[in-house]
Amino acid sequence: MASFSDIAKAVESKFPGVIKETVSEGLLPHVVVESSRVREVCEYLKTDPDLAFDFLSAIAGVDKGEQLEVVYLLYSYAKLHSFTVKAKVSRAEAKVPSVTSVWAAAEWHERETFDLMGIIFDGHPDLRRILLPQDWVGYPLRKDYKYPASYDGVDLRRDEKDWPDPGSEELYK
Amino acid sequence: MSALQSDIWTLNMGPQHPSTHGVIRFILRTDGEIISDADPDIGFLHRGMEKIAELIPYASFMPYTDRLDYLAAINMNWGWALAVEKLAGIEVPRRAEFLRVITGELNRISSHLIGVGALASDMGAFTPFLHAIRDRERINDLFEEICGARLTYNYCRIGGVSEDAPPGWLNRLGDFLDYYEPMIDVFNDLITNNKIFVERLRKVAPVSAQMAIDYGLVGPNLRGSGVKFDLRKQEPYSIYPELEFDIPVGIGYHHGDLGSCFDRYMVRIEEIRQSVKIIRQCLKVIPEGEIIAKVPRTLKPPAGEVYCRTEAPRGEVGFYVISDGSPKPARVKIRTGSWSAMSIIRDLSRGWMIADLVAIIGSLDIVAPEVDR
Repeated sequence: MASFSDIAKAVESKFPGVIKETVSEGLLPHVVVESSRVREVCEYLKTDPDLAFDFLSAIAGVDKGEQLEVVYLLYSYAKLHSFTVKAKVSRAEAKVPSVTSVWAAAEWHERETFDLMGIIFDGHPDLRRILLPQDWVGYPLRKDYKYPASYDGVDLRRDEKDWPDPGSEELYK
Repeated sequence: MSALQSDIWTLNMGPQHPSTHGVIRFILRTDGEIISDADPDIGFLHRGMEKIAELIPYASFMPYTDRLDYLAAINMNWGWALAVEKLAGIEVPRRAEFLRVITGELNRISSHLIGVGALASDMGAFTPFLHAIRDRERINDLFEEICGARLTYNYCRIGGVSEDAPPGWLNRLGDFLDYYEPMIDVFNDLITNNKIFVERLRKVAPVSAQMAIDYGLVGPNLRGSGVKFDLRKQEPYSIYPELEFDIPVGIGYHHGDLGSCFDRYMVRIEEIRQSVKIIRQCLKVIPEGEIIAKVPRTLKPPAGEVYCRTEAPRGEVGFYVISDGSPKPARVKIRTGSWSAMSIIRDLSRGWMIADLVAIIGSLDIVAPEVDR
């Protein structure tokens, strides 16, 4: 079992300069790594015998306005410790390397993040929508997403008073 | 006479199929009866839960978590409540912790009953399913008494639980356990040790421990592959550290393969026994007192983020919650057990028969709304 700072140090010494930001306070300590090198870092985290992060619990996409975040929530069954890696990408060019070659579980998590948050995972073998229909327009979990007026000939308009558009500005001031 | 047909067929299984337990579709490519590819097509029950969570206050999301996994609603409530309590730093009264463990484990029994019963019914044995449903009805009666609902309980609250146990309820729960514990053996005599049933499953679709971890299998599916890991033990929350129970794992029951469909089934049967044991311990020592902490009417957790994992009947359910200090969460990501169970099927079913796919789905105990959210 390694502490958060030990793991962060191990990553830093293996890949100098890859960690852009370390947040060791709070309920979820994490490191922000350079988005283009996510795959290398993850591979190291999994294969290093002292770290052995064999379990990818989830990948989450988060909309932070100017930037989008990809959050990798990791755990090790061998060492019983956890770690969180984040990568920040620009909204206009939301693209990170895929980690499907590291964990098989990543395939579906990445497809979901692509489907709902619109983040492209470079090198994913089968990156298509998973929960929404293939011809759906837009990425619903982005904060500026506008509900479509109709889909496939079905009227989707709602009562704007009771169910305001989640992308409407008064909700996200 | 025409030549033998030797090409690969594309076949649709679902979305409405008796063995998919909900609305799941597989696009099968088969060579005769052998599956060469089973591509799961999910999302029929996608309701945008994560988006809804961003639009409503923390407490209002509680009933939605019921609908994540309708067979284990309390465990889902609990996961959400725990995540928000961590975020806001709320201390839960001790009696509420006991009530959560009691109802959570009771819900685990009823959920596993459906899991094993449905698997038996998929394998052609209908009577065990009725036995399971019969016992589950009594659990539902108990739930109806304590919170008024029989399926979507909405029982946990942020900071505690919604209702205290009504007078005599804990005794009636004890009576139920006295009735139910021998019924596990009856169920085992009826189906678990049935030669046809065992032969049907014990060597089908084994998952190695490495494959299970790689695909992120959790809960009984992971333990079925022999990995002794349970969040209630390894990352204990609530009052679990004070309770005594074992973690059943797959051992290749009935001389089958380790991690086969039968091992996953058997882990659930053994977990039911452990849940009974846990509830009995709680009934002995449950204290009197408050059932809910003082929580402000408009809850505004301080800005921050948390990833909270709990052990639900279908394994780890993780709530990743980000707060920006406002009354509504900035982002909620829900990681569920059925999601990873579903993602392994494509790889796992290759080379098995279509009839075995039914066994695989049943033994992984997949609940469609939990996959689609």
